Amino acid sequence: MTSAASSMPIGGIIFLTIFIAIFGTFLIFLARAIGGQRKDNSQAKRDIYECGIPEEVKKETKVSIKFYLTAILFILFDIEIIFMYPWAISFREFIATGMGTPVLISMAVFIGIFIYGLWWEVKSRALEWD
Amino acid sequence: MGKDTLEIAINGIKLILIFLMMVQAVPILVWLERRGSAFIQNRFGPNRVGPLGLVQLLADAVKFITKEDFAPDKAVRSLFYAAPVFALIPATLAYAAIPMSTPIAVAAFEAFGSTWGPYLFRVQGYEIGVGVVFILGVSSLAAYTILMAGWGSGSKFSLLGALRASAQVISYELALGLSIVGVIMMYGTFNLTEMVQLQEGPLSFTAFGYTVASTVDWIPNWGIFYQPIGFILFFSAAFAESNRLPFDLAEGEAELVAGFHTEYGGFKMLMFFIGEYGHMMIAAGLATTFFFGGYGIPGITVAELQAAIVGWGFSEQGASYMSALIHFLSYNVKFGLFLWIFIHVRWTLPRFRYDQLMDLGWKTMLPWALANTIVTAVVIYVATA
Repeated sequence: MTSAASSMPIGGIIFLTIFIAIFGTFLIFLARAIGGQRKDNSQAKRDIYECGIPEEVKKETKVSIKFYLTAILFILFDIEIIFMYPWAISFREFIATGMGTPVLISMAVFIGIFIYGLWWEVKSRALEWD
Repeated sequence: MGKDTLEIAINGIKLILIFLMMVQAVPILVWLERRGSAFIQNRFGPNRVGPLGLVQLLADAVKFITKEDFAPDKAVRSLFYAAPVFALIPATLAYAAIPMSTPIAVAAFEAFGSTWGPYLFRVQGYEIGVGVVFILGVSSLAAYTILMAGWGSGSKFSLLGALRASAQVISYELALGLSIVGVIMMYGTFNLTEMVQLQEGPLSFTAFGYTVASTVDWIPNWGIFYQPIGFILFFSAAFAESNRLPFDLAEGEAELVAGFHTEYGGFKMLMFFIGEYGHMMIAAGLATTFFFGGYGIPGITVAELQAAIVGWGFSEQGASYMSALIHFLSYNVKFGLFLWIFIHVRWTLPRFRYDQLMDLGWKTMLPWALANTIVTAVVIYVATA
C-alpha cells in the first residue's frame, strides 16, 4: 500500500462543506431579496397544498410501519455488506501469501448467514408491500 | 512556507471550481434533457430563446430568482430552508473525490520574490485513500436532505414522498454497495486513482498460471470485461439512488403531486434539482472509473502519450499539461455518454409500481449482487491459487 492509500483530506472536505453552505445560504437570501414579497398574503396562499380543498393535515400524520421496518432491515444488511469490504480488498493478498482457503471459507460462512437472513426475511413476508 | 501556502490556495480554488463546474453543468444537462426528450417524443422542445434554445437556461434562472420566496404556515421553517442548502453538499463532496485526469507535475517556479513548488497538481478535488467508501458514505447522506424537506414542509404529500424516497434510496444502497465488492476484489484497492491506473493498457490477465493477453492494442483492460454483471447492477442501482425514472417513485406526479418538494418553488426548487443532477454525475463518474478505465484512452497508456507529445517538440512540462488536457477530454466523453444514457432511459421507460420497485431491489438485485460476489471470489481463488 502506498502512503496515498491512507490519506484523508479533512481540511478540504470541511472547507468545501462550509463553502457550499455559505453559497447556498447566500443564494436563498439573494432570491429572497430579488423576489420580494407580493401584496397577496391571504390564508389560502399560506396553506399547504391540498388538492383544492381546505387543508386537513394534523401535526402528527401517521405513516405506515413498513418504512420503519425497511430502515431496520437496511441497517442490518448494510453493516453486513460493509464487513465484506475489508475482506474483498485483501482477498488477493491473502491468496498470494497462501492463506486463500481459510479466508474464502470464513467468508462463505458469513455469506451463508447473509443468505439465510435474506431468505428468512422473504419467507416471513417482511418485504411484502400491499 | 511558500509551498504550503501555494498548496492550500490551489486546493481551495480547485475545490470551488469543481463545485461551480457541477452547478454550471446542471443547466446544460437540463437543456440536453429537454431537447433530448423533445427529440425522443418527436416535439420541438425549447428552441426560441437564443441559438437552439440555449439561452433558455439563463431565462429560466432569471425567472427562478425573481420568484417570491415563500414558506407555508405549517412548515418547520428551519428545516424547510436548510434542506435545499444541504441538498448541494453530499453530491459535491462525493464528486470532488473522482479523478478526472492525470496528475500534472508542476516544476518549481519563481513568483512574487520567492520560490514556489515543485507541486503535483491533481485534477480531482482531493485524493482519498478510501475513495470508494467515502463516496458511498457521503452520497447516501442525501437521504437526510430528502427527509428534512419532507418533514419540514408540514404537508402529507411531502412527508409521504420523502418516506418513499428514503426507503427506496436505502434499499438500493444495498445492491449498489454489494455490486462494488466484486470490483474491489478485482483491483484490491479503495483508491480511485489506483483503480484507473490498474485499467491502463491492453486487456491482459493471469489465470491458471497462464497469461492471457489481447493481441490487439485497442481492447482496453477495463473493468467491464471482468465485472459485466457488477456493472449492470451498479448502474441500475445508481438510477434508483438518484431518483431518476424508471425509479422516480419519490416524485410520482400521478400519486404524490411532486413528492418531497411539493411545497418548494423558485430557487429552493432549483437547488434540489442541482442535487439530483449531482447524483447523476456521481453515478456517471463512478461507472466510468470502475468499469470504463476512468480518464484512460484505449490503445495508448499515459506514459506512451506523454512520450509522443514530447516527440512532437513539447517540453516535459508542456507534455504533462497536454496529456492532462487530453485525458480530461477522454474522461468527459465517457462521462457525457453515461449522462446521456440517464436522459435516454428516463424518456424511454415507464415508472414502476412501488411494490415492484421494492421487490426488484430486495429480491432480484440483492441476490444477483450476492451471486456476483460469490462467483467472483471463487473464480479469483481458483484461477490464481
